[in-house]
Amino acid sequence: MLKQIEGSQAVADVVALCRPNVIAAYPITPQTHIVEDLALIVGQGKLDAEFVNVESEFSAASVVLGASAAGARTYTATSSQGLLLMAEVINCISGMRLPIVLTCANRAISAPLSIWNDQQDSMAVRDAGWIQLFAEDNQEAADLHIQAYKIAEQTFLPVMVCMDGFILTHAFEAVDIPEQKQVDDFLPPFKPRHIVDPRWPRGIGLYADPRFYMETRYILHRAMEKSEKTIKEVSADFAKKFGRDSGGFIKTYKLKDADVAIVSMGSVVGTIKDLIDQLEEEGKKVGLLQICSYRPFPRQEIYNVLKDKMNIVVLEKCISLGRGGILASDIRWSFPRAEKKDRNISSFIAGLGGRNITADDLRYMVERVEKEPVELEFLGLKKELIADKDL
Amino acid sequence: MNEKAEELDRVEKKDLFGSGHRACGGCGQALAARLVHDAAGENTIACVATGCLEVFSSPYPDPSWRIPFLHSLFENPAAVASGVEAAYKALRKGPVNIIAQAGDGSTADIGFQCISGMFERGHNVLYVCYDNEAYMNTGVQRSSFTPYGAWTSTTPMGNPTRKKNLPLIAADHGIPYVATATVDDFRDLQRKVKTALSIEGPKYIHILVPCPLGWGHSGELTVKICRLAKDTGLFPIFEIREGKITNVQKISVKVPVEEYLKLQGRFRFLFKRGVPTEEVAVIQKIANQNIERFNL
Ligand SMILES: Cc1ncc(C[n+]2csc(CCOP(=O)(O)OP(=O)(O)O)c2C)c(N)n1
Ligand SMILES: [Mg+2]
Repeated sequence: MLKQIEGSQAVADVVALCRPNVIAAYPITPQTHIVEDLALIVGQGKLDAEFVNVESEFSAASVVLGASAAGARTYTATSSQGLLLMAEVINCISGMRLPIVLTCANRAISAPLSIWNDQQDSMAVRDAGWIQLFAEDNQEAADLHIQAYKIAEQTFLPVMVCMDGFILTHAFEAVDIPEQKQVDDFLPPFKPRHIVDPRWPRGIGLYADPRFYMETRYILHRAMEKSEKTIKEVSADFAKKFGRDSGGFIKTYKLKDADVAIVSMGSVVGTIKDLIDQLEEEGKKVGLLQICSYRPFPRQEIYNVLKDKMNIVVLEKCISLGRGGILASDIRWSFPRAEKKDRNISSFIAGLGGRNITADDLRYMVERVEKEPVELEFLGLKKELIADKDL
Repeated sequence: MNEKAEELDRVEKKDLFGSGHRACGGCGQALAARLVHDAAGENTIACVATGCLEVFSSPYPDPSWRIPFLHSLFENPAAVASGVEAAYKALRKGPVNIIAQAGDGSTADIGFQCISGMFERGHNVLYVCYDNEAYMNTGVQRSSFTPYGAWTSTTPMGNPTRKKNLPLIAADHGIPYVATATVDDFRDLQRKVKTALSIEGPKYIHILVPCPLGWGHSGELTVKICRLAKDTGLFPIFEIREGKITNVQKISVKVPVEEYLKLQGRFRFLFKRGVPTEEVAVIQKIANQNIERFNL
C-alpha cells in the first residue's frame, strides 16, 4: 500500500514484515526513529518478537550475535559512533557466518562531532565481511531490507543496508509498503545451519591456530565474491514479484552515450540524475553509474559499463585520510593496467558532515573534468575557513 | 532428607566439560568449570568469554565440551547470553540453562557494562565468574579483582588497590540470587549452581579459582589455598537472596592471613627474611573487616 511516510517508518514497517524474532538496538541520531517505530510495533503486539533494550551498541551487536547463533532471525540498526563501537562484534558476526541484517543510517564520525550525513561510518567497516547495499531513496531502502534477509540467509553472510541519515531517514516520501502475504511468499522462514541447542551439542566460535585460520578467511572472501550471484538473483526475483527494480549490483542512467561518466552511491544519485537531464537539454552527454552493492564490489560489471568511457568522475561522501577517495581507488582498480592509460578517473570528495551537495556543485565538477582530470578535490570546500597555519 | 534437598546435596559427575582440555595441572578454573556444568546438566548452553577457560577448552577441531558452547569475544558473554535467551523466548524453545561465564578480568573490567545490562534487563541467565585474581591468559596482568599487595606482571611492586566487590554490586542490581564459592567444596559449589538454575531471572556466582602459574603455588595446593582463603576471611562464602545476605559460611578456627600468603609466590615479597612487612598487616585488616561485615 502506498503510504506517505518517513523513511525510518518505512524501514521499520518493512523490517516488521520480515518477522525478525529478536531486535536489539541502542539509540543514535539519525537511526533513532527506526528503532522507536519498531519498539512500538512490538509493544503493540503487531510483531511477535523480543525487543532487547540494550545498554550500548556493542551489546546490541552481541545480543543479535547470540540470538542468531541460537537460530533467531535478528535485526539491529545504528549509525556512526554506534557502528564504530560495534566494530569488534561486526567482524565476529561475519567470521561466524551469522546472517544478521543491520541498517546503517549513514552519518559522519567524530571528531569533530557531527550528527549529519556522510558515509564514513559504513566505510570504516567495509573490509569486515559484510555485504553492503546502498539505497538511493526510501522505496529502495525499504525494498533492500526484504532482499537483505533473503540474501543473508542464503549466503550466511551478514548484510548492512546503508541509507543516508536525515536525507532518507527523516524524509517523507510516498513508499509502497507491501502486504504481509507478499513478503511471506518472497521470504521463507529462516533455516539456520548451526545453532546452539542441547539436542545437538556443538561448539560455535572455537579458536583457530595457524593451521586453520587462513582457510576461514579465504572461504569468507570467496563467499563474499560468490554472493554476487545471490544478490542479482534476489533483486531480479524481487522485481518480478513486487513489480519494481531495487537493489542488484549496479544501475546506470543515460550512461551508454555519455562523454562523462559520474560514479556515485546513495541518495546523491537523485541530484546527479536531475543535473544529467539539465545538461542533456544543454547538449551535453553525461551519464551515471550507481553502485548499489559496494561489498561485494562489482568490479566486472563496472568494467563492462565503463570500458569505453575515457572521462570518469567519482563522487563520494567519504575519504581514506592520507590516501584519498575510497570509491575512486576501487574504480581505478577496476581497469586492467593497460587500459588505464589515457583514461581519466577523477576523484571528488563531497558532502562530508552533511555539507549540501548542490546542482551547482555538480555542474562545476562536470565542467572541471571536461577540461582536465582531477586527482583529488573537496567539492564545496570553504577555503576562507582554512588558515595557512592549518595546512 | 526430602528428595529436593537430597538432589541439591548430591555431587554430580557427568563429564560434560573436561575431556582433553589443556589447562595447567591444579588449575582451579578447569575444576570449577567441570563442577558448574556437571551440576547444570546436559540441558545447558555455555556462553564463554575469551580467556584461559576458552583457550584451554576450545581449539578447533577438538573442544572439550559435550554441551553447546558459544564463544565470540572477551567482553561480551553476558550480552551474547542475553541474545540466546531472547531467541529461546521468541522461538518458544526451552526451558534451557544458559550460563554466561568469564574470568575476573572480563567480568570486573572490560565486560562490566554488559553484565550490568544483563542483570538490569532481567534475563534468565546464570553468570559465573571464575576469579583467579588477574588476567591469566595474557600473562598474569592486574585486574580490578587482584587483591591488595599481590604481585602481577603489571603491578611488579605489589597491587596498591583493593579488590572490587562484585557480588555486592551484582546484588544491588536487585537480582534474585548471588553466591560465592570456592573449588575445595564440591557439594557447596554444585548446590549453589543448582539453586541458581532453579530461580527465574539473572543470577551471579563468583568462584575463587586458584591459578598455580599466576599465584606461584604448586598444583596440589589449589584446594588447600581455597580453604585458607575462606578460613582467613579473605574470601567470604555467602548467598544473597532477594538482596538479603544468607547462608554465610562461618569460620570454625580463624587463621592469620600469613598462612594463606606464605604459600603463594605472588605474596613472597611481603615477607623480608620470613618476617611479615607492614603490608601483611593491611591484608590482615582487610580480612578482619570481612569477618566483621559478613559475620564469618
Ligand atoms: C578487547 C580485547 N582486549 C584484550 C584482549 C586480550 N585478552 C584476552 S584474554 C585476556 C585476559 C583474560 O583475563 P580473565 O578474564 O581474568 O580470564 P583468565 O584468563 O584469567 O581466566 C585478555 C586481556 C582481548 N581478547 N580482547
Ligand atoms: Mg583471571
